[in-house]
Amino acid sequence: MKDNLKEILFNIIVLLIAFFIALFLGSIILLIAGVNPLVAYQAMIIRPFSSIYGLSEALVRSIPLMMVGIGISIAFRSKMINIGGEGQIQLGAVAAGATALAIPGIPKVIAIPLVILAGFTVGGIWGGIAGWMKAKLSVNEVLSTVMLNYIAFQIYLYLIRGPLIDPSELAWGTGVPQTARMPDSTIFARLIQGQRIHSGIFLAIIIAILVYFLLWRTTFGFRLRAVGEEPKAANYAGVKVDKYLILAMVLSGGMAGIAGSIEVIGVHHRVLEGLSANYGFSGIVVALFGRLHPIGVIPASFFFGLLLIGAEMMQRAVNIPSALVISIQGLVILAVVSSNLILENPKYRKKFLGFFLKN
Amino acid sequence: MGKIKSMEMVNITKKFPGVIANDNVNLKVESGEILALLGENGAGKTTLMNILYGLYHPNSGKILINDREIKINSPQTALELGIGMVHQHFMLVPSLTVTENVALGIKFKHKFSMDLDKVAKKIKLLSDQHNLNIEPELSISDLSVGERQKVEIIKALYFNANILVLDEPTAALTPQETDNLIKWLRSVIKEGMGVIFITHKLNEVMEVSDRVEVLRNGKNVFSTQTSKTNIDQLARNMAGREVKLATAKRKNKFGETIIELEDVWAKNERGLDALRGINLKIRKGEIMGIAGVSGNGQKELAEALTGLQKIYKGDIKFKGESIANKSVQSIIDRGMGFVPEDRLHMGTVPGFKVKENLILKDYLRRPFSKIFLLDRSYINEYCKSTVDEYNVKCPNINTPTHALSGGNIQKVILSRELKRKPDALIASYPIRGVDIAAVQYIHEKLLDARDNEMAILLITEELDELFNLSDRIAVIYEGKILDVIETAEADKSKLGLLMAGVKED
Repeated sequence: MKDNLKEILFNIIVLLIAFFIALFLGSIILLIAGVNPLVAYQAMIIRPFSSIYGLSEALVRSIPLMMVGIGISIAFRSKMINIGGEGQIQLGAVAAGATALAIPGIPKVIAIPLVILAGFTVGGIWGGIAGWMKAKLSVNEVLSTVMLNYIAFQIYLYLIRGPLIDPSELAWGTGVPQTARMPDSTIFARLIQGQRIHSGIFLAIIIAILVYFLLWRTTFGFRLRAVGEEPKAANYAGVKVDKYLILAMVLSGGMAGIAGSIEVIGVHHRVLEGLSANYGFSGIVVALFGRLHPIGVIPASFFFGLLLIGAEMMQRAVNIPSALVISIQGLVILAVVSSNLILENPKYRKKFLGFFLKN
Repeated sequence: MGKIKSMEMVNITKKFPGVIANDNVNLKVESGEILALLGENGAGKTTLMNILYGLYHPNSGKILINDREIKINSPQTALELGIGMVHQHFMLVPSLTVTENVALGIKFKHKFSMDLDKVAKKIKLLSDQHNLNIEPELSISDLSVGERQKVEIIKALYFNANILVLDEPTAALTPQETDNLIKWLRSVIKEGMGVIFITHKLNEVMEVSDRVEVLRNGKNVFSTQTSKTNIDQLARNMAGREVKLATAKRKNKFGETIIELEDVWAKNERGLDALRGINLKIRKGEIMGIAGVSGNGQKELAEALTGLQKIYKGDIKFKGESIANKSVQSIIDRGMGFVPEDRLHMGTVPGFKVKENLILKDYLRRPFSKIFLLDRSYINEYCKSTVDEYNVKCPNINTPTHALSGGNIQKVILSRELKRKPDALIASYPIRGVDIAAVQYIHEKLLDARDNEMAILLITEELDELFNLSDRIAVIYEGKILDVIETAEADKSKLGLLMAGVKED
């Protein structure tokens, strides 16, 4: 157990080193832009911690990242790569929104689960399509999930511009593509007065823990992991490989669908354009950063939440174009993900760990 | 440099993280002799030969050729010196022709053109000279295993190899092919070749070699003239203790038929008929050996019996009920055990912990799981006791299975299958590539199971294994059972002919 702790510590140290290398490279970009990197990084790293607003916003962003990250981890356990998070979030969001609008006045304890379930179901179906195509038609899931993103996006736009558009937008003639406000009975409670952080964070953490149990403590998870690790052996042991490939993608898409639902009833209270905010892609990075483990995804999503809000704050503090901020973000992500090379290579691991354990 | 008269490896030490693969090993071979390099898996034979071939660099020690110290930094250098190697797993590109495969190793004068005709001519010449019967223009994929091995030998001869290293060359050959290889080796040493023959089969050592060098745990433990030793002594030195392989006690009473195949036809992955009308009955308490060169339908036969392979004609009865094309799970539930040929990728999930692989077929039943929750404490208890009972050497039950040696992985599979107490067990090549201690253990377990009334189908290429264990031997050739012989009445040469498809009436 003590060795376990050291391993975790080792992971953290490697990741921190990677982080600092990225910051160093980023400072070159900042210097070219004529900005003092120290001031910029101060804003990026310290500021999110120095106000309740910063922390709250970091957490708000971490919730969808966590949900998508959990989904990616599930898919990965059966060796499926789900790039379709964006589409699954959008369809989950629109399904949740439509459900919420259809059930005003129902008690909260029933309404919220129904809304979440709607998002899960539709996101799951969207993920499941890719799983089915993989299992039955051998269509590469990377290809199909990316393509399904485009289709989902068009459906999403059509729905919030057409059938689901807020009637008052039409009445006023402004035509902003968004739905009406969700009924109060379907909305997550805000946790802090005046801040956007909402109770969806508890749901996300609970789901992460449940998924951990599902994967490692149940017969279902045993089969799903066996299929991912070695389909030939799973088949030999009597597992229906196709079925579990599809189920893994259903669950994975379902998690992204829940992310969409939570964004609607926790943050925006409407379904609107740009709601998915690239969480479907950032979630992949979060999952990798969390070692593709549902519990690892929890701190990873917090870290990325901080990174996202930190970048926004840096931009405001030193007044640089957002393109630069995005590239610095990209550098950090690259560095962190490539540190996997060291974390996962047993040779390096042994060497570094051996050095580390001695001290 | 001229011909190699003698090659000597002196005090070679090679360390890998955590293990010393070779510890001050000495080895000498002279032209005109065959040296058998004998040892269990992990004894350091292959490491030593990879050092000789320039694939590894030793931590200390030197290599002398004709008493001059030589540095071998790459296989290229080794080839130029006249050292040729035939690896256990052939290094050939299946889609290319014999000529092209040989040409891959040649440094041509011009970078962008190569004179393949010249290469082909030389191959033809070498083939004729050595009676190898290899056509240079054939694709490797059209050649049998034995022929592929000849191509590897031609590759070595092409570079004027004078020392030939053969790593377990007989593992995939028929008895006839093995005899031919041994004859051929005896003839080339007369022309001045020196041969290092790596093996763990003792009878081959006695048959082929002039001298024997035995390695154990990376050290020289025994070295002698072959004529001055015997199989028992070699086995003792190889294993470091007394080894006595179990043999079946003959019995003449068997129970009722458990498995019955009636005119079973099945196609392989390429859509060709792999099973062409198999008829076979296996009785309770009997080991039915399947003899045959691999690739004659053994894999499909085993998988048809376990539901992994669809059959399109005929019927398979298990305990009186048809199981043809039933689901894998339902056949497992009826009491069929299976030790598959591909032990790492089919018999186990390589990335799973040892304990997860031990319950790979049991996780669904009580007390391993209740409703859908795995009972971790029961599983841990069960797996700990299983590992002890079956002598599986692993750091602990949480070790990833791929980190275990082949013999120990096989024990994991065998213990899982036997502890389920199936009515029938299909065992495909159960001792392939495992060391003699594990062989002994696996054989004892299989015989125990047989004596406890299990019906066992034993698929193997090892004649000794067939004769030691089986009650009857069925010979499979091109998807058909050519003959079923009582082991007591079988003789090896007749069996060898049957395996090659020759049936005398």
